[in-house]
Amino acid sequence: MSIIESCSKPINKDSIKGISPKQLVSMYEMMLKIRLVEDYIGRMVARREVKTPCHLYLGQEAVAVGVCAHLKKDDFVFSTHRSHGHYLAKGGDLKSLMAEIFGKATGCCRGRGGSMHIAQPSLGLPGSSAIVGGTIPLAVGAGLGISLKSRPNVAVAFFGDGATNEGIFYESLNFARLKNLPVIFICENNFYSTHMHISKIQAVSQLYKIGELFDIPSFQVNGYNIIEVYTLAKKTIETAKKGKGPVFVEAFTYRWRGHVGPNWDLDTNIRAKEEVYWWVKNCTIKRLERLLLGEKILNSKKRKDIFRKLHAEIRQAIKFAKESPYPDKKELKDVYA
Amino acid sequence: MKRKLTYAEAINEALHQLMQKDKNVIVIGQGVTSPWYVGATTVGLLDKFGEKRIIDTPVSESAITGVAGGCSLTGARPILVHPRMDFMYYAFDQIINHMAGWHFMFGGKVNMPVVFWAIINRGGEQAAQHSQALQGLFMHIPGLKLVMPSTAYDAKGLLVSAVEDNSPVMYIDDRWLYSQKEHVPEDLYRVSIGKSQIRRKGKDLTIIASSYMTLKALEACEVLENEGIEAEVIDLRSIKPLDTETLCKSVKKTGRLVIADGGWRTCGLAAEISAQISEKVFNYLKKPIVRVTLPDAPAPASSALERAYYPTEKNIIKAAKSLCNKNSVRRKK
Repeated sequence: MSIIESCSKPINKDSIKGISPKQLVSMYEMMLKIRLVEDYIGRMVARREVKTPCHLYLGQEAVAVGVCAHLKKDDFVFSTHRSHGHYLAKGGDLKSLMAEIFGKATGCCRGRGGSMHIAQPSLGLPGSSAIVGGTIPLAVGAGLGISLKSRPNVAVAFFGDGATNEGIFYESLNFARLKNLPVIFICENNFYSTHMHISKIQAVSQLYKIGELFDIPSFQVNGYNIIEVYTLAKKTIETAKKGKGPVFVEAFTYRWRGHVGPNWDLDTNIRAKEEVYWWVKNCTIKRLERLLLGEKILNSKKRKDIFRKLHAEIRQAIKFAKESPYPDKKELKDVYA
Repeated sequence: MKRKLTYAEAINEALHQLMQKDKNVIVIGQGVTSPWYVGATTVGLLDKFGEKRIIDTPVSESAITGVAGGCSLTGARPILVHPRMDFMYYAFDQIINHMAGWHFMFGGKVNMPVVFWAIINRGGEQAAQHSQALQGLFMHIPGLKLVMPSTAYDAKGLLVSAVEDNSPVMYIDDRWLYSQKEHVPEDLYRVSIGKSQIRRKGKDLTIIASSYMTLKALEACEVLENEGIEAEVIDLRSIKPLDTETLCKSVKKTGRLVIADGGWRTCGLAAEISAQISEKVFNYLKKPIVRVTLPDAPAPASSALERAYYPTEKNIIKAAKSLCNKNSVRRKK
């Protein structure tokens, strides 16, 4: 069975052995949080309440959550234009995110960054870039810094399949391997680079093989199955922290919505309706939920409580964002440290 | 007798002292372990500080620039060497989209204290892709500070200030300056970023010059003096922020201005200074501003063409004379 076919199958209950119920519920909750936050944002974009271009992480939650579950505050996460999921999974503050998306002074970047540039340096979130591939060398640099000081940390670079078309990606892989840096390259292969299917723009059909070319231990994982991501990430992060150098992971996943904004891209020729329906039907969160309910790690009351709590938290964050002041024009002068 | 060092030795001493003082300082880039590559400026660093802090790199200008930026986020203070400015076009995305804008984009909460040590390496029939001086291009970019030392003293003092600055600083030097020799103090001193220096006082005309052109301006002054023209020479030192106060004060006094820069003409450093002076002290100008720059052409190979391409003291003398006619200046007998 191919990795993609396995996305339609229930999560194997044996695969959660050794993962604590608390951890499982916590990951379920974080995936749901990202799902709901993105859904709220999508609706606010559709109503034009939010203007900044939002690249929604809907569908890809398992990747950010499965990886970040193993990271500590002083591990680094470098993200992309599709950054909300990574930010939240690393522990980023929701109110500050929402305020940033509304362009408010209370935003995590004081309204200067918008959706694509969010950061919370104290939590190992030093920034995200909208230039495809742009943060990959930054993660390698953070890895160099970690290695210079012999700290027990890693730097994670999240990027999409489209970034494998950028030259800087290859330069970065080479240098990371050359210096054996503690960098985890997570390529989220959601099959589409804006409107182009990966098969139309990338000559290599299995992206993890690019990592192998640079002699980097490379893996392919079902990024639509949180348990598989979690398990592989645990192993790879431990390896990297032991000073064994970089790791490359290609995580298959699916972006539910279009490249940017809340639309489903069903009115275009970009992808078939059936394809989108298939991925939505086999929802990454629903499959985890079924497993947790089946194994009695979660019950319907607890599930409801989680939903209620998250909705309240998000509504509060939106209220906070809406009521916050806009930044003062003097912000424009703050270009130097 | 006061100790003298060449410009290259002054850079070398600054690097040694900075690395000795702060273990967060690293030097990374092409050729840093190869003495001839960066003009002997990195001599002794590898032996003293080891290959963990003196990192020679592949020709991956783009990623290595990003690596320096990412490394700075962990508390390091990387000095990133680009041994030829021409190859920096590969690094534009990282310098401009990422490092220069990082502080602003992230609400002033994240800084990238990287020094881009960018070397102008021209002449010797090296032609179009081995000769460029890109201060004008980088001056355009918000968030970058930009310095161009013209003396050995400043080469050391400005490098120290650049490394200690929390913003990304581009430090542009010129191989044609490397053999300049003068007194350089042994201690670790600083030259402030944002301050220009009057190198010679004069009342008839102001010459604002950058980097190597400061030397040419001073040479021009010797000739002009014999013709009764007393020129004031301002060495810019800091290109961004620009010390407009010092520049304007001099122009208000002399009313005549020549700007000498070794970069391209259109939208270049000289063009920007000309615009700022016109905006601020136009009424004091007795004559239109004259720029002495490279022509808008790629650098040639042939020595014959090079001689016409690179401006010298002769171009400055000619420009100065065109502003100072017989009636306006006193003739020396």
